[in-house]
This record gives sequence, structure tokens and C-alpha cells, in this order.
Amino acid sequence: MLDGLLDPMRWSMTFAEMDTLWEGFGLTLQVVVAGLALSIVLGTILGVFSTTRNVVLRGISRVYVEFYQNTPLPVQVFFMYMAGPKLLQALLGTADPVRTSAFALGTLGVGLYHAAYISEVIRTGIEAVPKGQMEAALSQGFTRVQAYIYIILPQTFKIILPPLCNQALNLVKNTSVLAMIAGGDLMYNADNFVSTYGYLQGYIMACVLYFIICFPLALLVQWLEKRSKLRPRAKDIPGITDAPELAKEA
Amino acid sequence: MDIFTPDNVGFMLGGFGKTLIVSFFAIIFSILIGTVLAMVKQYCKGKLKIFSLLVSAYIELFRCTPNLLWILFIYFTVKGNDVVISVLAFTIFTSAVMAEIIRGGFNSIPKSQFEAAQSQGFGFFQTMWLIILPQTFKTIIPALFSQCTTVIKDSSYLAGINVAEFMYTSRVVMAKTTGLEGVLLVYGFVFLLYFALNFGISLLVRTYQRRIAAA
Repeated sequence: MLDGLLDPMRWSMTFAEMDTLWEGFGLTLQVVVAGLALSIVLGTILGVFSTTRNVVLRGISRVYVEFYQNTPLPVQVFFMYMAGPKLLQALLGTADPVRTSAFALGTLGVGLYHAAYISEVIRTGIEAVPKGQMEAALSQGFTRVQAYIYIILPQTFKIILPPLCNQALNLVKNTSVLAMIAGGDLMYNADNFVSTYGYLQGYIMACVLYFIICFPLALLVQWLEKRSKLRPRAKDIPGITDAPELAKEA
Repeated sequence: MDIFTPDNVGFMLGGFGKTLIVSFFAIIFSILIGTVLAMVKQYCKGKLKIFSLLVSAYIELFRCTPNLLWILFIYFTVKGNDVVISVLAFTIFTSAVMAEIIRGGFNSIPKSQFEAAQSQGFGFFQTMWLIILPQTFKTIIPALFSQCTTVIKDSSYLAGINVAEFMYTSRVVMAKTTGLEGVLLVYGFVFLLYFALNFGISLLVRTYQRRIAAA
């Protein structure tokens, strides 16, 4: 199968068919953006839940995280694909099973799955913010919700940026799960091309396209990690250590 | 409940067995190859720097592309037994992840360990085998096991190339029912088994971490 790898005819054929790959690339990007937004919002809510003193909220967050982290994403997505339309039919009382689009399915699939991971990232981030911050905020008359929004979370996001970007990278790769349910994403279209023509070039182009999205993210993770090592959080005294740091960046 | 006949359950559990076999061998081979890759990336310097760069390229390539792509790729290019193909596909990309985990472990070992070993007349491989690797593996056990659960979960991607692992066999059984109830029951069973296995592993890791923290 590897003999046709350098065949110019096969390559020109592949480039002639690139439109479908770009189409899939477009859907993959849409799912990535929407899925990432969903997972960050839901992950933040769950992460905050897991650090509150309320047992019920902590329980909800714990069960959610354990369920989604310990079961496979393809099984979750298949479940939504198979049972979703029928469940929606039963819930909404419609005559026919409710069809869901590949985009909605992909977004929900990777969004819910990575929300569990992002929630854990957020939780560790919140725990890294000194307790005194919350106490100080409360003493100044902030409500707990306000304290989270204005004081705790902004500091958290700075700390957790490297692992958060790492999750974004994994999310991009996991959108390929759509290919297993005929989702019309990049992986699916590439696989379709390969099974139609029998040319390995389709996979190679998919590999390149995924790499184009993921490699900058991987570099970003590396850079953020290096930066967070250069400036240890514990030594960060506002107004003192920040000033020369800003000067260097400028 | 007529879907859980002995035949159906046996068939599904057979798939679960295959999931376990594939994951087990993939993890063992990935740790072995990952260790070699990590050593090359970390310690090939000077004239041998080119090998270190090649390994870095390998790791980045597999870190930045989906598993499913490589499963399909191997399925298309290699002909053979489905377990062999599955283990091969999983080994090539899990090795890259393992290499990064193990390299992280190397970084946590103080340089003085190397210097002390050399001063005692140990060669490079003796130092690695007797002194560095045992300490490395001890520090990376949590990350290693969490990668194991990832492999077990991701093995369900193999249903995409019709390998009769757990998800595939469950889908075959599910196709025999038409109602929502049957689908829900089978999915409940599938989720439960995956969950029990992975949650068990993560509980083990947590117990280990607590013991380490207490010591």
C-alpha cells in the first residue's frame, strides 16, 4: 500500500479533491470552537462547585467528573447518537425521533467530556489561590459569588493557562470521534476519500491539517509552561515583581 | 430484560476481554518504547543530537494528531490479525505520550545522582538501569496509570475499524433491539463496566498518592 506514496498522479488527484477535506476541516473547527466554549463555561461552573462548602454542589461536580473521566468519549457520543433522538422524542412528545446535527452532537460530545477535565483544572487553580483572598473579599463586603467572579477566578485563569491549553489540544484531537458516526468532519471526509480512491494521501493530508491546528497549541503550552516556571506564582508581589516583568515584555 | 441472554452477555464480555488484551499489550509495549524514546530525547547530546531531534519530531507528530487517524492509517497499510493491528496502532502513538511522561520523570531526578554514579564507576546504561530508571518510575506512577485509563478508554475507537472490542460487540447486541429501553439497558451495562475498570484504577492511584504524601 505504500508503493503509491510518491505517485504524482495520486497526489494531483488528492489535491483536486481537497475541497471535501477543507469542508471537513471547517466543521471540525466549528466543533472545536463551540465545544471549547461549552467545556470552559461548564467546566468553570463545575470547578467552582467543587470548591464551595455546599455538599450537594460538591457532590454534583464529583459525580459528573468521575462519570465523564472514567467512560470513553466514543461510547458517550454513540449513546447520544443512538438514544438521543428517541429520548428527545419521548421528552418533547413529538411524532418522530428528533434528529440532531453532527455539529450539535460533536459540540455536546467533546464539550461535556472536556468540561470534566477542565473542571479539575479549574479546581486545582482555585485551590492555588491563597485563602486570604476570599477572606479579604468577604471582609470588603463582596458576596461569595462576586468574590469568585472579581477576585478568585481572574487569578485562577492565569495559573491554569498551560493545562487549559493542553485540554484545548486534546479537544481538537477528540473531535475526530465524529468520524465514527458519519459526522462529515475532517477525519470522516479523509477516511471517505481513502476508501473511495484507495490512496493513502487522504490520511496524510488529514494529518497535516490536524497538525496545523494542534502544533501552535502545543507550542503555546510549552511557552506558557516555561513562562510560569520563570515567574513563580509565590513570589509575585503586585507592583514590585510585576513592574520589571512588564518592562521586559514591552 | 430479554436482551441480557447468556449468549449476548457472553458476546459482549468477549469484547471486553479483547479491550483488556489490546490495552494491556499496548501499554506494556508503549512503556518499553517510550522509555527508549525518552532516554534518546533527554541524553543524546553532541554528535548524537540528531537522534534527539528526530524523537522530538516523532513525539510532536503524534501529540498533534488524533488517535483515530493512526488507527485508520495502520488498518489501511498493515494487513494482519486485528489484535496485532490494534496493539501496533496504539503502541505507536501511546509511546510518544509515555516518552513525555517518562522524560518528565527524568527531569525530577537530581543531576547529582548521575554524577555520584559516574564517580563510582558506573557506565551510562548501568546508571540508567540501576539508579535513574527505578527512581523515575516511582515518581511517575500516577501519570503512568492515568495514561493506562486513557488507553483503555481510547481503545473504543477501535470499533471504527470493526475490531470486536467491547464497544463493537455491544453495538452488535444493541442492533438486535429496536426499542429505547433495550438501547438504554445495553448502554447502562457498557458504561458500568468501563466505569468500574477505570474508576478502580484511579482509586488505586489515589490511594498510592495518599500513601506517598503521608510518608
